Amino acid sequence: MKIIFRHFLFVLVCCALTFTPACKRHDKAGSADSGQKSTRYLTIKGSDTMVHLVSTWAEKFMQTSKGSEVSVTGGGSGTGIAALLNGTTDICAASRSIQEKELNLARQKGLNPLEVVVARDGIAVVVNPENPVSELSVEQIGKIFSGAYKRWSDVGGTDEPIIVLSRESSSGTFIFFQEHVLSKADYTPNARFLPGTSAVIQAIETDKLAIGYVGLGFTVEAKDKVKALQVKADNSGMAISPSEETVKSGEYSIARPLYLYTNGEPSGLVKEFIDFCLSTKGQEIVRETGYVPQ
Amino acid sequence: MWKDKAVHILLAGFASTSILVVLLIFLFLGREAAPFTLAPGLMELFDSRWIPVSFQQERFGILSLVSGSALVTCLAMVITIPLSVIGAVYIAEIAHPTEREALKPFIEILASIPSVVLGFFGLLVLAPLVKELFGLNTGLNALTGAILLALMAIPTVITISEDAINSVPESYKAASMALGASRLQTIWKVTVPAALPGIIAAIMLGTGRVIGETMAVLMVTGNSAVISFSPLSSVRTMTATIAAEMGEVPFGSVHYQALFCIGVVLLLVTFSLNVLAQRVLKKYGMMQ
Repeated sequence: MKIIFRHFLFVLVCCALTFTPACKRHDKAGSADSGQKSTRYLTIKGSDTMVHLVSTWAEKFMQTSKGSEVSVTGGGSGTGIAALLNGTTDICAASRSIQEKELNLARQKGLNPLEVVVARDGIAVVVNPENPVSELSVEQIGKIFSGAYKRWSDVGGTDEPIIVLSRESSSGTFIFFQEHVLSKADYTPNARFLPGTSAVIQAIETDKLAIGYVGLGFTVEAKDKVKALQVKADNSGMAISPSEETVKSGEYSIARPLYLYTNGEPSGLVKEFIDFCLSTKGQEIVRETGYVPQ
Repeated sequence: MWKDKAVHILLAGFASTSILVVLLIFLFLGREAAPFTLAPGLMELFDSRWIPVSFQQERFGILSLVSGSALVTCLAMVITIPLSVIGAVYIAEIAHPTEREALKPFIEILASIPSVVLGFFGLLVLAPLVKELFGLNTGLNALTGAILLALMAIPTVITISEDAINSVPESYKAASMALGASRLQTIWKVTVPAALPGIIAAIMLGTGRVIGETMAVLMVTGNSAVISFSPLSSVRTMTATIAAEMGEVPFGSVHYQALFCIGVVLLLVTFSLNVLAQRVLKKYGMMQ
């Protein structure tokens, strides 16, 4: 009995000890521009769609700006915005604009997220190359993804079921697509939610009846594996192939701006980095990495 | 004298670490999940649909996730149990020593393959194979996930079962042989029953591994939150949901709390599985 009591007491003491520091977990991460002479650190978190672009920017930026270190992580736009709200990143890269409820949460915490549009991106709707369907209207795509159309014959294809592939809900593309293509309807519960763009491409390549969506940059790399559909903005409109020109001119309708978010007016290293992204050289990198310059 | 006491306390401290860790995990999960029971209410979890991100209405029904986990786990164990128990019997009782030397390292290698690598294998090789074999439209389903999970559970179950079989006293077998039983009869009527508690413990451990595995299931089960009991339908497990969505949620949002509720459910499931395993062991009188 005594031994059990001693154990219990020990556990209790340890609990108390561990919980005291655990309460401080909401502390803000080290600020970006502390320390002038030593290395300056900058963290960027967010969109998976943008991670290639942002890391290329970061590499070039570190070459030109000596003594600065930029770390880039993906994880999804939602992850980035959450990190910005939790104070664990300096810049958040997002492929969607911040939502009203996220803004409210930020205001509650006394933060002031500011957005900068740094590039544009088209979202290509992709199918297996063997699929006879090659053009759809935005409305039809919306109905496919929300489950109103269940068979390819509904949109002029063969009489076989449609396999809907989507990204996970942490993806900015998921939310953009839901808002602008599904007209805010829910995805069909039968959709398969895949953890990344490469998984979507992989699945489309092997599944003849699958349809999915990926960032424009990925279609260039996966040209032989998937077929990007031509998209009509409305039922009477022209079918437009997704490409840099059509996204830039606004003809291709499923396109979106890509953002960087900062907490409050950017200053110091954060400002330097954003200015670099918007510079001619920065925008050249946008084109090189397969996105559309601002 | 005081040295003895100090050492005693130190050792007791180390021994109690696991109690402490388990308690802390329970406390932490409970603390983060608790607000959910107040605001949207516990009944919200018994919804049939999981739609955490929606412009219409967010719904946090974990029934589809629980059924998904249950389906994948059961299927995986159906594959694992016969394969690994027979495998363990073969390795422990029948295999030639050189054969054993060849088999064991491979089983160990299988155990050490990272689950994300198995996930890739599943996505590229297994899913198309399952698709072809069953004439499906896509190979991303519960069965593909279960086969991958079985690959992960088999080494655990084989290794521990084999230990259990090896620890059956030689005298049991000798007695059985002396009574005129054949080698096969001895194995199935004497050795395996004698090692049964150990084998059951191995299976329970394997089941624990299967329920908790995340990465591979996330990659190959398709993640559709629908309630289904068909092995060929796409399912979403509790672990995959937590892994896929935890990164995105802001601290303290309802979605965040809902994910912690899933965590609590998952912990309760594994906890009761453990209790069950202990009961079984006790029933067979194998508890020390």
